[in-house]
Amino acid sequence: MDKTYNNKAWFLVLPVFVLVALSAIIPIMTVVNYSVQDTFGNNQFFWAGTEWFEDVLSSERFWNSLSRNLLFSFIILSIEIPLGIGIALCMPKKGPWVPVCLVMMALPLLIPWNVVGTIWQIFGRADIGLLGHTLEAIGVDYNYTSNIFDAWVTIIVMDVWHWTSLVVLLCYAGLVSIPDAYYQAARIDGASKLSVFRFIQLPKMRGVLIIAFLLRFMDSFMIYTEPFVLTGGGPGNSTTFMSIDLVKQAIGQFDLGPAAAMSLIYQLIIILICYVFFTVMSHTGSDKPEQGAGE
Amino acid sequence: MADTMLTPSTPTDASGNKIDITQVRTANSMKQQRSLKWLVPTIYIILLMLPIYWLTNMSFKDNQEILSSFSLWPANPTLANYRVIFSDPSWYNGYINSMIYVAMNTVISISVALPAAYAFSRYRFLGDKHMFFWLLSNRMAPAAVFVLPFFQLYSAFGLIDTHIAVALAHCLFNVPLAVWILEGFMSGVPKEIDETAYIDGYSFPKFFIKIFTPLIASGIGVAAFFCFMFSWVELLIARTLTTTDAKPIAAIMTRTVGASGVDWGVLAAAGVLTIIPGALVIYFVRNYIAKGFALGRV
Repeated sequence: MDKTYNNKAWFLVLPVFVLVALSAIIPIMTVVNYSVQDTFGNNQFFWAGTEWFEDVLSSERFWNSLSRNLLFSFIILSIEIPLGIGIALCMPKKGPWVPVCLVMMALPLLIPWNVVGTIWQIFGRADIGLLGHTLEAIGVDYNYTSNIFDAWVTIIVMDVWHWTSLVVLLCYAGLVSIPDAYYQAARIDGASKLSVFRFIQLPKMRGVLIIAFLLRFMDSFMIYTEPFVLTGGGPGNSTTFMSIDLVKQAIGQFDLGPAAAMSLIYQLIIILICYVFFTVMSHTGSDKPEQGAGE
Repeated sequence: MADTMLTPSTPTDASGNKIDITQVRTANSMKQQRSLKWLVPTIYIILLMLPIYWLTNMSFKDNQEILSSFSLWPANPTLANYRVIFSDPSWYNGYINSMIYVAMNTVISISVALPAAYAFSRYRFLGDKHMFFWLLSNRMAPAAVFVLPFFQLYSAFGLIDTHIAVALAHCLFNVPLAVWILEGFMSGVPKEIDETAYIDGYSFPKFFIKIFTPLIASGIGVAAFFCFMFSWVELLIARTLTTTDAKPIAAIMTRTVGASGVDWGVLAAAGVLTIIPGALVIYFVRNYIAKGFALGRV
């Protein structure tokens, strides 16, 4: 659409700007403030320069939680995206079951995150949980509070349970927007199911898939509540992801300087990814969305 | 490009007979597929429902039964756990608190996002792209980064433990989201409608309320749904900014860990009750969800 150039439009954006700036810029400035100062209490602050940043970047703790987080994001993405596509392809296109499917699938998305943690905490316990009890009954030694591997598996299964529906709903929305004519043409050309998927469905889902991919990446990169409730970051530090580590440092130990420095580095990583996201997004949005077919 | 090879120009050229045969054949093979296909979403939904079922099941048992026996359904169904929640103000106030700040947040987010989304969809202006990117980057901001500064900011204004503090704090990620979704819907409305209305002598506010808003009603519904959703499920910020008077239900749930161990029955009942509002909302917007997702604006 042609847009007219009019700077008065700023007045319409102003309320949003003021509101978001209040909750974004002021807090970030507070964080920047802490990240370059040191304190010995009593509200007395001393200039510390880049000391905290150097501290954080050279600490093993930071790199450990960062790599744990990246590993976690990688695992859940490689499960959720293919699974989500598969389920979306099998969903009915119309009929009375469609709203039923949609409502049931969207249900986990609307459960408060700590309740998700609680549900799985209960579900996985050997004494009172269905999953834990069943595994024990068939002879699997499973305990997510003491075994690192079990804790990881539980958190990953929980995240797949919680978020795969988002991928399914996005892919499904992409699939139903494909006009019937495409399928008819493919049928007449005698296209196999695989090539229908490869040359029609996949390219048409490209936009929503990018969004699903990036949303899942961001959200898994900022995950806090669910693992915190389920394992509390343990056993040991094995499930301490970035956010959990940060909150531990800022509120648990009140190490404001390092916590602030870590916040900024963390935020920077996210903004970089977000920039890539935005660039890719606006490219798929504006010019030819069918581009993917030729790749 | 392979895609253009399959574009719908051929089917009309082919003779009707031929199409019929192919269609019958594919219809048959599709029927065979369908007999297996429905299994996948069904199994998926069953797996989704299992943990929720288990929680519901537990909420109807007393603690004795939960800990001593293992059964797939309650032997002596009891509503005692729910009675605890509905009779104790410190419990049910949690639900009221959550509802209040979620509603406030949704109203604030939508009302400021509407004009901004209109500006983004209709005009170019100084720094519009940067502004849009900056807004979106806030959607991606990890809540953990903001916990401490939020606490200090709202303490300075004396707003700690009020509903409005949580509602405003949640605007950080909900306003960008609402702007993004609404912008998508508004760009779908042809610009000629605006121009015609202005020619007919409508002022901007009158046009916006009388003509434009009804046109994007479903977009407002979708945006409101997502604002509700993200404000309802968020806990970290809500918990930090409240102490007693505005504490959300999700945070109150941790109280069940008492001196005598965990009160599993009440915990399960509270959990079930937090699922219900989400289920209701999703039921009401079920027909718009696919559309909202189709715009790819979540």
